[in-house]
Amino acid sequence: MFGFGILTGLVALPLIGAAFILVLRGDDEATRGNARWVALLTTLVTFVLALVAWGRFDTGTSAFQLIESKAWFGSGISYKLGVDGISMPFVVLTAFLMPFCILASWTSIHMRVREYFIAFLVLEALMIGVFCSLDLVLFYLFFEGGLIPMFLIIGIWGHDRRIYASLKFFLYTLLGSLLMLLAIMKMYGVAGTTDIEVLLHTPFARSTQIWLFLAFFASFAVKMPMWPVHTWLPDAHVEAPTAGSVILAGILLKMGGYGFLRFSLPMFPEASHYFAPLVFALSVIAIVYTSLVALVQVNMKKLIAYSSIAHMGFVTMGIFTMNQQGIQGAVFLMISHGIISGALFLCVGVVYDRMHSLEIASYGGLVNRMPRYALAFMVFTMANVGLPGTSGFVGEFLTMIAAFEVNTWVALIATLGTILAAAYALFLYRRVVFGVLDKASLKTILDLNTREIVMLVPLIALTLYYGVHPAPILDASQATVDGVVRAVSLPISEHTAALGAPVPATAGQ
Amino acid sequence: MVTAGFSLSPVLPEFILAIGALALLLLGAIGGERWTKALYELAIVILGVVLLTVVFNHRAPSVSFDGAFVDDAFAHFMKVLALFGSITTLLMSIPFLRQQGINKFEFPILVMLSTLGMLTLISAGNLIALYLGFELMSLALYVIAAFHREDGRASEAGLKYFVLGALSSGLLLYGASLIYGFAGSIDFGVIGTALQGNKAIGVVFGLVFLSAGLAFKMSAVPFHMWTPDVYEGAPTPVTAFFATAPKMAAVAITVRVIITAFPGILAQWQQIIVFISIASMILGSFAAIGQTNFKRLMAYSAIGNMGFALVGLSAGTEAGVFGVLIYMLIYLVMTLGTFAAILAMKRKGLNIETTADLAGLSQHNGPMAFFLAMIMFSLAGVPPLAGFFAKFYVFQAAIQANLFGLAIIGVLSSVVAAYYYLRIVKIMYFDAPVEAFDPMSPAVNAVLALSGGFVFLFWLWPEHFVNAATAAAHSLF
Repeated sequence: MFGFGILTGLVALPLIGAAFILVLRGDDEATRGNARWVALLTTLVTFVLALVAWGRFDTGTSAFQLIESKAWFGSGISYKLGVDGISMPFVVLTAFLMPFCILASWTSIHMRVREYFIAFLVLEALMIGVFCSLDLVLFYLFFEGGLIPMFLIIGIWGHDRRIYASLKFFLYTLLGSLLMLLAIMKMYGVAGTTDIEVLLHTPFARSTQIWLFLAFFASFAVKMPMWPVHTWLPDAHVEAPTAGSVILAGILLKMGGYGFLRFSLPMFPEASHYFAPLVFALSVIAIVYTSLVALVQVNMKKLIAYSSIAHMGFVTMGIFTMNQQGIQGAVFLMISHGIISGALFLCVGVVYDRMHSLEIASYGGLVNRMPRYALAFMVFTMANVGLPGTSGFVGEFLTMIAAFEVNTWVALIATLGTILAAAYALFLYRRVVFGVLDKASLKTILDLNTREIVMLVPLIALTLYYGVHPAPILDASQATVDGVVRAVSLPISEHTAALGAPVPATAGQ
Repeated sequence: MVTAGFSLSPVLPEFILAIGALALLLLGAIGGERWTKALYELAIVILGVVLLTVVFNHRAPSVSFDGAFVDDAFAHFMKVLALFGSITTLLMSIPFLRQQGINKFEFPILVMLSTLGMLTLISAGNLIALYLGFELMSLALYVIAAFHREDGRASEAGLKYFVLGALSSGLLLYGASLIYGFAGSIDFGVIGTALQGNKAIGVVFGLVFLSAGLAFKMSAVPFHMWTPDVYEGAPTPVTAFFATAPKMAAVAITVRVIITAFPGILAQWQQIIVFISIASMILGSFAAIGQTNFKRLMAYSAIGNMGFALVGLSAGTEAGVFGVLIYMLIYLVMTLGTFAAILAMKRKGLNIETTADLAGLSQHNGPMAFFLAMIMFSLAGVPPLAGFFAKFYVFQAAIQANLFGLAIIGVLSSVVAAYYYLRIVKIMYFDAPVEAFDPMSPAVNAVLALSGGFVFLFWLWPEHFVNAATAAAHSLF
């Protein structure tokens, strides 16, 4: 349509939905209802379109697909979209999680309902854009643009310390990203274009690579977040409304990992090897340290936030092993963590909507009144621990195998993190769900209603399905991951080849 | 470039403006109070005609009046910006001045004369023309700064501006005489040729004084001291005018002088510009944090933004000049929008200026809050808003010129600056609402909506502006 393809459709659809809500008038209950339904329908249609795109996606090749390109700023900056095996799963994940966010906000958002759904739909468009961009400036536009709606979501609909949390979130991320922006400009200077496909084949000098890597690292490490720049995340999670937390944990954190895979590894291979030990060190510190911190949390959302940081430690560890299992494991872990952590935040939201408290201490013995809830929460807790048979296991297992191949100590310490994960997750579950229901306020708490069941059942199904059958995601990313592994190992082998057999003087001279 | 001798055709816009201003003065003297309203409208019409003349009177680039007046794409671009700033602020000022009881007919005439000075300044091809334009612009500005005679703050602002401005004029003149003495010419082009491979210390000395005078008009650190007081003290439409049109002219002449007269001593002037740029960015970011008066906050924001614009000039390349041009274009629109919002801050007929008065604006005036928020995010440089592209091009030029330190300090201070822009958004969106504002005048409303819309949608159609700025930057090299 108009010379645009399906990916532009994915970016534009939520915006059209948002525009539609914008023209709704009035602030009565009927308008709010309309806004909710429009938002839900938009996200569902976007999800279906994402599935169509996935259907058209050919898993056999590592090249970019569904490419569309338009002249934009002239001089090498263009509007270019496309997906490959790494970005496709994230696009689908984003489109998949959004309807749940809308459902989770169905009754819990009372004020400025229209604006809320507009912010979410705009955020969805920007997030899909991040994963589809094949131009660095366009990528940056989507990457940073997402800060605005998220800033508003935390700041307007958040809890008590929302202003502090939203400013911290915004400024932290902005600082990292601006350094990346400078690196993008440098790359533009070297290559004369910001086309990612071209840049993937542009060799950068080793010293340049190191600086560029550091600048990109500043952005992605904050976004990921990696220890020690993770402190914005617990604050943002605690203060954000439920759906905001779901998106934050489910999608926004994945942009860091995606960035490492898309840019850092294939574009700066030598620097990646150079910095891999640093990343390993930060990863294992993150895994152990944040797991320990999670153990002592008294706030449910904060606990899950710290657990997210620990899981992202596995992701960075897997990515920087730079081998097949590690990277595939990292991709899988990101997708699976997107589902599981999203679901965990939804579970917290369910009880928060009833009791308006995030303190672990205000709960206990919920299983007596909420058996269905207890079951759902258990599945996700187990998946978070990485129990075999759930999707959480596959990714962690693959990244740990990969780490063993590279460095035994790293793998060993990471394993310690899994044990700690079991400790904090089960401890949380015991305190909230088991025990005696002796708090008066909990005596009348109701079990899941239909909306919440509709919300959680698909997530349970997917968690278990990918636990026993991870092939769909692994197959989709296989070819591209192979390409990344080749790209990141190529310069060194070329280098050694050149050392072994000097290239003969140019023929014909 | 064609040498047009003493032909009047290249100076047609300036000619129309000069005659128009004099005619209006005459009419004002005859008609007195009765014709005031008509004179305001006539002034806007004349400025509009001048703008159209600049835009549509396409001529080959030329130099006339023995090199004093340069007519090229660069001059066209900056003149359009300056005229646009003058017209818009004049449009917004009418209801305000009437309500304050200071809608004297001299006001539009002074704005016209000042604008005439700006146009001369932008097209200046030698040091004499530079000084002429500089003084014509400034003298009118001194008067309108103190236009609200009964207001003590306005008088203070006018006096401060005048004393410091006179000092800076003196510095500039002294620098110009040193440059003339050591380079042997007042013509920018001739100075440029004379300095190739000849780093006369006297010229560098003169350049320092010249830069001091120009930095004063740009309100760049360390010559920024007048800015906060004048911004806060002057009547709001006057502040809006100060913040837009004269800045365009000052930046334009700085770029022209540096690029055309001193390419031979790049290493020397680069130090000066880099220092001014860094100092302005840092001061603009940190000093604005504590401000509660919106106008004063915008003064520090202006200082910071001049620092960012100068990042592009520091590179000394065509890409850098292009960056400066795009930066000034977008900065002009953002500033006009912000001051439209400040003009709209009115309760029970009284103008209010503190940022706290914006509390909860999103609840009772959604569109105004949205547009102002977009402008604030844009000033903070968040994509996809226009302000991002402004910063993108200047920093890119700096990176290409290997000025990494400058670029890194620049982005770090823009993070600091983002804090106070975000605070405005926070006040509007997160804080509990206070009383609603009075309905705003149609002109203010339109300016706010248009500039908000511009920064919001710039990314959709950037080609036109990018092409115009590319041509303008190219004409200097």
